[in-house]
Amino acid sequence: MTVVLRNVSKTFTARQNEQLLALDNISATVAKGEFLCILGPSGCGKTTLLRMIGGLDHPTSGEIVVGGTPVTGPDPRLAMIFQEYSLYPWRTVRANVGFGLQMRGMPDEEREEIVNRFIGLVGLEGFGDSYPYELSGGMRQRVAVARALATDPAVLLMDEPFGALDARTRNRMQKELLFIWEKTKKTVMFVTHSVDEAVFLADRIMVLSARPGRIAGIYDVDIPRPRDRTSVEFATIRRNVLEFIDRLEHSQ
Amino acid sequence: MKWYLKIIPLLFLLVAWEVVSVLLNNPFILPEPVSVAAVLFKPTADILGSGSILDNSLLSIWRVALGFGLAVACAVPAGIIIGRYRPVEELVNPIIQLFRPIPPLAWVPLALAWFKIGLPSMVFIIFIGSFFPILINSIDGVRRVNRTWIETAAIYGAKGWKLLAYVILPAAAPVIWTGLRVGFGVAWMCVVAAEMLPGTNSGIGYLIMYSYNWGQVQVIIAGMIVIGIIGIGVDILFREVEKRKFQWQEMNR
Ligand SMILES: Nc1ncnc2c1ncn2[C@@H]1O[C@H](COP(=O)(O)OP(=O)(O)OP(=O)(O)O)[C@@H](O)[C@H]1O
Ligand SMILES: [Mg+2]
Repeated sequence: MTVVLRNVSKTFTARQNEQLLALDNISATVAKGEFLCILGPSGCGKTTLLRMIGGLDHPTSGEIVVGGTPVTGPDPRLAMIFQEYSLYPWRTVRANVGFGLQMRGMPDEEREEIVNRFIGLVGLEGFGDSYPYELSGGMRQRVAVARALATDPAVLLMDEPFGALDARTRNRMQKELLFIWEKTKKTVMFVTHSVDEAVFLADRIMVLSARPGRIAGIYDVDIPRPRDRTSVEFATIRRNVLEFIDRLEHSQ
Repeated sequence: MKWYLKIIPLLFLLVAWEVVSVLLNNPFILPEPVSVAAVLFKPTADILGSGSILDNSLLSIWRVALGFGLAVACAVPAGIIIGRYRPVEELVNPIIQLFRPIPPLAWVPLALAWFKIGLPSMVFIIFIGSFFPILINSIDGVRRVNRTWIETAAIYGAKGWKLLAYVILPAAAPVIWTGLRVGFGVAWMCVVAAEMLPGTNSGIGYLIMYSYNWGQVQVIIAGMIVIGIIGIGVDILFREVEKRKFQWQEMNR
């Protein structure tokens, strides 16, 4: 499913009626099945952008069109994985993963089967009856990923999902995510702070400038997968992006 | 701490009581522990023609159940609505703030004027007493539900009663439960006080007041101990449920 952003701007009205321009005139098209990473400094509006695509917030001006229909609110074709901890702590892993399906009224037996499949997919077999507080941070994030995947969304919005993980878990999760993405061919919009992560995952990288967020540049990453972090092409693209971000910071 | 260590202060209190009562040697001021124990060990014995400790306690519990149940039935839904909708809260908050500081017993004269002496006025006072702690906690619990939980629900299409039943209520449940526990404590105090009003002729509160008129101090003390034990017992019950059902809240980081 394609995601089209047309001149999307967002202004927040802070207290004392101060206007805060968070996103300025973002236009982009994310193709069906594309893996897009969004890079940008803290506070540049990455979360705001994903929230608007997910229908949790509305652009002040401009339009967001997903699969041909304008976004007016949350839509079952999209799922979002939040930056912060979002599992329901009173629900077991199984019940968390099944939440989306349950809300859609899927009967228990049918749900059970799908839930088990996705628990397996993110490598949490045997933890179905655990509660989130019994899991490590990385395991919790995988539950959140499984919960999003279980509803089979065409578009996956991921807001720094691996930000809090250690390097090893993070690398493993990236591989798992790519594996799932290659199998299901979902459109993925993935926010990250890490250039390395973006180059490893993305078909394209969108770099946003500091507030107000504007598209500062778009990079194609045409390295075949699986990508080797130690390869010359990988290092070249990573350096290019890093240098670009450096220049961007100095020019501001 | 080991349980037998926690018993020591209690034993100390008991010994001190025994010593003082022997020194005073006046059962109309402080009877010996044994005479109180004698009353406690015969909970079904009739006392001065007013029924047994057990029957009167059960009656008090029944009254509390009515008033408290009514308060729960009104305060929890009201709290959810007020906590969920900001404008409603702004509208009713002045009323809540105005009524909340009035002690339940200050309602007694009004209760008597409206309902006369008897069950309805007692239930009313218990209701008033437990209503506010439950209401305040319900409002607070609902309002403090993590925004991300609600937005996650929105992403997955949960609206209306589903949002309420699967997200808001479970998320607010621990705080609401605390409200129920506090509310019950107040309700229990209210029933004992209400039963001491002139004109009442049953209940554990009445029984100890009546025993005072007959100088039966050992019954007064026995009754007080029963009141305390019931209060603690129910509180422990509430805490036990809290520990089992809402463990996630403690462990949630
Ligand atoms: N509800 C809101 N009201 C007012 N201002 C807001 C609101 N939400 C976000 N903002 C502001 O909009 C800007 C962008 O916020 P956003 O959360 O999208 O940043 P971000 O790029 O996701 O940052 P980070 O990388 O730290 O997560 C920030 O300056 C923030 O203060
Ligand atoms: Mg963010």
